[in-house]
Amino acid sequence: MPDKTAGTLATTSRRAPVIKPPKRLVGTVYRGREGMWSWVLHRITGVAIYFFLLVHILDTSLVRLSPEAYNAVINTYKTPIMGLGETALVVAIGFHALNGLRIILIDFWSVGAKYQRLMFWIVIALWIVLLVGFVPRQFMHIFGAH
Amino acid sequence: MSTATLDSKPTVPDEIPSFTATIIVRRFDPDKDAEPYWQDFDVVMYGTDRVLDALHKIKWEQDGSLSFRRSCAHGVCGSDAMRINGRNRLACKTLLKDLDISKPIYIEAIKGLPLEKDLIVDMDPFFESYKAINPFLISNTPSKDGKERKQSPVERARFDDTTKCILCAACTSSCPVFWTDGQYFGPAAIVNAHRFIFDSRDEGAQVRLDILNDKEGVWRCRTTFNCSEACPRGIQVTQAIAEVKQAVMRGRA
Repeated sequence: MPDKTAGTLATTSRRAPVIKPPKRLVGTVYRGREGMWSWVLHRITGVAIYFFLLVHILDTSLVRLSPEAYNAVINTYKTPIMGLGETALVVAIGFHALNGLRIILIDFWSVGAKYQRLMFWIVIALWIVLLVGFVPRQFMHIFGAH
Repeated sequence: MSTATLDSKPTVPDEIPSFTATIIVRRFDPDKDAEPYWQDFDVVMYGTDRVLDALHKIKWEQDGSLSFRRSCAHGVCGSDAMRINGRNRLACKTLLKDLDISKPIYIEAIKGLPLEKDLIVDMDPFFESYKAINPFLISNTPSKDGKERKQSPVERARFDDTTKCILCAACTSSCPVFWTDGQYFGPAAIVNAHRFIFDSRDEGAQVRLDILNDKEGVWRCRTTFNCSEACPRGIQVTQAIAEVKQAVMRGRA
């Protein structure tokens, strides 16, 4: 009997995820997902670490020229502002290192591309664990008496 | 067999439910405008309508100057890739009800290719990259008995995913590397290279791998996965690029 045919098939369709509208800008920002934003963060932290390394090589090389000058420079770092800078440095390096491992797995592990989104959230979880261990201790050093 | 009676008539609602969708299109007319601008349209649509239907309704009933490409309107020709609510989609495969219709829907041209008018971009750079990877079978050995070149189902399955490409440019124009570096071959060209590199009948893999080992080749890929997410055919583009990278490193597919 043709009373149960094509019409019943349509009811089982799955609903696609809703794409929410962007804020109205000059042109919209491309709404990439975890992959794109992890790349953006990786690039920002990478450039920041590059500038740190530049300064770091300069100040460390001072020890060869004159240990007094080196000590003078290092002593200027012992301020709360530089302490916050160190915190930011560990935050940046933590993400860059963990996400770097994720990118290596995407490139060299045969199913890396398949699990990239899961790996991104694992990176974020490990990053937070790392920071929970580090930041309170660092803040005690900066602001606490010792 | 039942006789033709009217007592089991299917129930048809008196009125098919409709809704008003606000479509905001990024317009640009090179003869009049110095800069692209946003323009709002309100259209009455139905649950079965796609973004392309809304654009048609605007063009046919409100503003005939709205320009966009479309051809088959069924997700095969790949003409109507555009940025819908900030993501590359085919207008003919995106149902309005899958978008958040309580808010306006933003539509603009795909990014990274020169804007010509409204939603139309110059696709020449895209097709130049496609041509550059030799998208045709290369074989120096004549086929057996002058007949077809046979292939096992397993050999065919190796590159099945990348045969689905319709060259709509949704992937290439979703790639942050391509936006800033127009010289990059782009995901679509690499996908189509993959289709032949891993084809057991093809003998031109080395030629293509050498082309893609270029500074602007596969190594430009930063695995942002925007291409895989944008592909209307569900091709795992980043995976295909990763396989080509591996083939370049090993020197053979």
